[in-house]
Amino acid sequence: MSDELFSLADRVLSGAHSGEQVEVVVQCDRETQVRVYGGQVESLSSAESQGVGVRVVIDGRQGFAYAGTLDPAALDEALVEARDNAGFATVDEHVGLADPDGVAVPDLALFDPALAATPAERKVALATELERAVLGADPRIIGLESADYVDVMSEAVVVTTTGIRTASRDGACYVMAHALASDGDETQTGFGFSVGRDPAALDVGAAASDAAERATRMLGATQPRSERVTVVLDPFVTAQLIGIIAGTLTGEAVQKGRSLFADRLGDEIASPLVSLVDDPTDARAFGASQTDGEGLACRRNDLIRTGVLDHFVHNALTARRAGTSSTGSALRGGFKSVPSVGCRAVRLEPGDLDQDAILGRVGDAILVQSVSGLHSGVNPVSGDFSTGAEGVRVRGGQRAEPLREFTVASTLQKMLRDVVAVGSDIEWLPMAASGVSLAVADVTVSGGS
Amino acid sequence: MIDESVIQRTIGAALGTGGEFAEVFVEDRRSTGAVLDDRRVEDLSSGRDRGAGIRVVSGDTTGFAHTADLTEAGLRQAAEAAAAAAQGGGGGTRVVDLTRQTAPRPNEIRTLPEDVAKATKVELLNRADEAARAEGSDISQVMVRYGDNRRRILVANSDGLLADDDQVRTLFAVSCVANGDTGMQTGRESIGRTVGFELFDIYDVEDLARRAARRAITKLQAVPAPSGSMPVVIGKGGGGVLFHEACGHGLEADLVAKKASVFAGRKGELVASPLVTLVDDGTMSEEWGAYSIDDEGRPAQRNVLIENGVLTDYMWDHLRARKEGRPSSGNGRRQSYQHLPMVRMTNTYIGNGADDPADIIAATDRGVFVAQLGGGQVNTATGDFVFGMTEAYLIEDGKITSPIRDGNLIGNGPEVLTRIDMLGNDFEMGHPGTCGKDGQGVPVGDGTPTLRVTSLTVGGTAA
Repeated sequence: MSDELFSLADRVLSGAHSGEQVEVVVQCDRETQVRVYGGQVESLSSAESQGVGVRVVIDGRQGFAYAGTLDPAALDEALVEARDNAGFATVDEHVGLADPDGVAVPDLALFDPALAATPAERKVALATELERAVLGADPRIIGLESADYVDVMSEAVVVTTTGIRTASRDGACYVMAHALASDGDETQTGFGFSVGRDPAALDVGAAASDAAERATRMLGATQPRSERVTVVLDPFVTAQLIGIIAGTLTGEAVQKGRSLFADRLGDEIASPLVSLVDDPTDARAFGASQTDGEGLACRRNDLIRTGVLDHFVHNALTARRAGTSSTGSALRGGFKSVPSVGCRAVRLEPGDLDQDAILGRVGDAILVQSVSGLHSGVNPVSGDFSTGAEGVRVRGGQRAEPLREFTVASTLQKMLRDVVAVGSDIEWLPMAASGVSLAVADVTVSGGS
Repeated sequence: MIDESVIQRTIGAALGTGGEFAEVFVEDRRSTGAVLDDRRVEDLSSGRDRGAGIRVVSGDTTGFAHTADLTEAGLRQAAEAAAAAAQGGGGGTRVVDLTRQTAPRPNEIRTLPEDVAKATKVELLNRADEAARAEGSDISQVMVRYGDNRRRILVANSDGLLADDDQVRTLFAVSCVANGDTGMQTGRESIGRTVGFELFDIYDVEDLARRAARRAITKLQAVPAPSGSMPVVIGKGGGGVLFHEACGHGLEADLVAKKASVFAGRKGELVASPLVTLVDDGTMSEEWGAYSIDDEGRPAQRNVLIENGVLTDYMWDHLRARKEGRPSSGNGRRQSYQHLPMVRMTNTYIGNGADDPADIIAATDRGVFVAQLGGGQVNTATGDFVFGMTEAYLIEDGKITSPIRDGNLIGNGPEVLTRIDMLGNDFEMGHPGTCGKDGQGVPVGDGTPTLRVTSLTVGGTAA
């Protein structure tokens, strides 16, 4: 397959004029989605999509165009459009494509042929099994909002006139349930999932019991009073927090004056317990990848080492502007956009306590089990942090009554310094970050008066 | 876009395994985007997406497949894949007669963006950048985005429906960073309409840029947001996000049918303050969520969801409506031909009340005035929702005083709806939004007059 993608990319590249740099990304995705409801398949969709993205740089000016098809005429049109678009950009001496840097592309085995060979019936069976397991997990489960099986297989090549020529192929699948629990008066919800590179790796039972447990534990939840308190974040919540922090540590945010940490390299910006790493070469991470969006090898980058800001991540452009080399951190959302810069597989270096031990150590706290509205209540430029939350009260190190309809607020700067414990309980999640339990002191919980 | 006889044969193939309903959705979308950031026009980009999504319904099962290959062979292959996925019973052939239907357009497009020179679009970016920076030396960074897209769709189904639409949307947004002794702050403004390049005859990009810049500069003086429950006055325009989250999603029939909504089974009941009349209106001329037909070929409608506090109806797509034996309300939408349609909002708003907005502030002893809202999120099953404030002030002794830092507000939909005690007479539509549901984003609008909620929890850090 990648031969075919290479030959399409080469075809576009052969149209490059002298004096211009051309980058061609060709991508092909296969996706299956099964949703089951009431023991029946509610929807089954199975589709292949492909497209090409073309970037042209002429005399320090960049233009881009894409086409959601591999039709030869559309490929040619994309090159012509991208070239025309370049004429309207501002000249910037740093603009240009990535150059080969000699870093070997790791072999991560991110594609399991077993996934491609799985018949649709098996996929339907997994979703059906998941729904049945959730319904049977607890008598208070009254139904499901959804029980899904999803898989995505993706293959892409990046070819440039600067000598980049890489291919990547990966696949992943997951099952996910959203359960509804009721005790007669109120309804609560909870989700559970299991992720793998092959359907055989999916743990349907664990996904079902997580969903049922998350939904039922919130029954009877009340709104807490406003207070300043220590919070312990569940791994799923921690992952979302460190994803936002990693977003402030990119060359682009720094150079454009949008990062809180712009001039803080070498400074202690966090508790010494905090070591933040972006490692897409760890195949356990959902965001693992062999190559970045510009075709360079992915590599491990240490962002914060024992509290000290160590590195920003770069793509070719931001690296050139900073006078350094790309960290293999070019990101692109498929073939439809120019590369940005960011992390794919962020995690905290685990500590040595599990969640129970952390609760025991902090004594009185709120365990935050889910958050909402991070996109609306966190300002990564000012650092203001405010999120809707649900969870349970912790008294004397023990989980007590459930709590809902409250917010947790602080600032990103302060939260990093206020970390008092990092869990050992690493969870690999279907997002660009992995989680551990994390205790953060002195946050403001807003609730009733 | 495609010959009618080809569509007809494709539907025939889709029904080949005995499905009861089949639909072909064809989309051809062209888009242009341009970004100016850090004083540089970074790049201009163009995109083309073209393809068809085919669904087949058999019993309670929907099979779906899509293809970028619009030849008859490509369509047939997708139709067969969708039919196989739906796994209907018998077989047989059905020939469907298609009847072309027309629906009124919300408005005419005067200047197609594709007819406008790229240099003219880029010029807008530079003008906005200069205007924002001229607003004060505290402005340290400006990003300006221009985007347009033209989406032509054709829908045909085995009920004989054949309809098409040509949707044009144009968007412009400015984001500023101000840098002062208190750190960095942000300000954003955007406009978006279902119009062409005439958007810029109506709206002045410099004015938009200055407002975004002033918002960031004002926030340099912001004090930490308060913490706890208190009266909240929501300014005209963007306050519609509150209703979008607090009850809009909960009135979508797919969630109602699965009992995943706190509003399930409450039709005819008083669910909100009698001041509240909530409308979802896809026919609103030029608004961001407007269209002639939805993505199932049904004409857009004006639907009253809550009237004087009483829940009158939910929003419906084809599938849910068919099950209930009622017509769709024109709310079946999808992000692209690669997605299945589902129930979505269009332009959701609360109409005018009788109060003078100044009186609403004056009548509030202590609380928060939210001048601009960010996005939000809701759990429809519990009704708990949050939404962000991106420009807000303290209200002290009936007066708007200090600006406050960004944060979220949290509340419960059914409770908040009953706590609306004052409604202004200054209705306005808000900013263009993208509503996300089940991984699909669609353009939506919302609007409100100034209004007061007697008690909401403000998620700040100040005691």
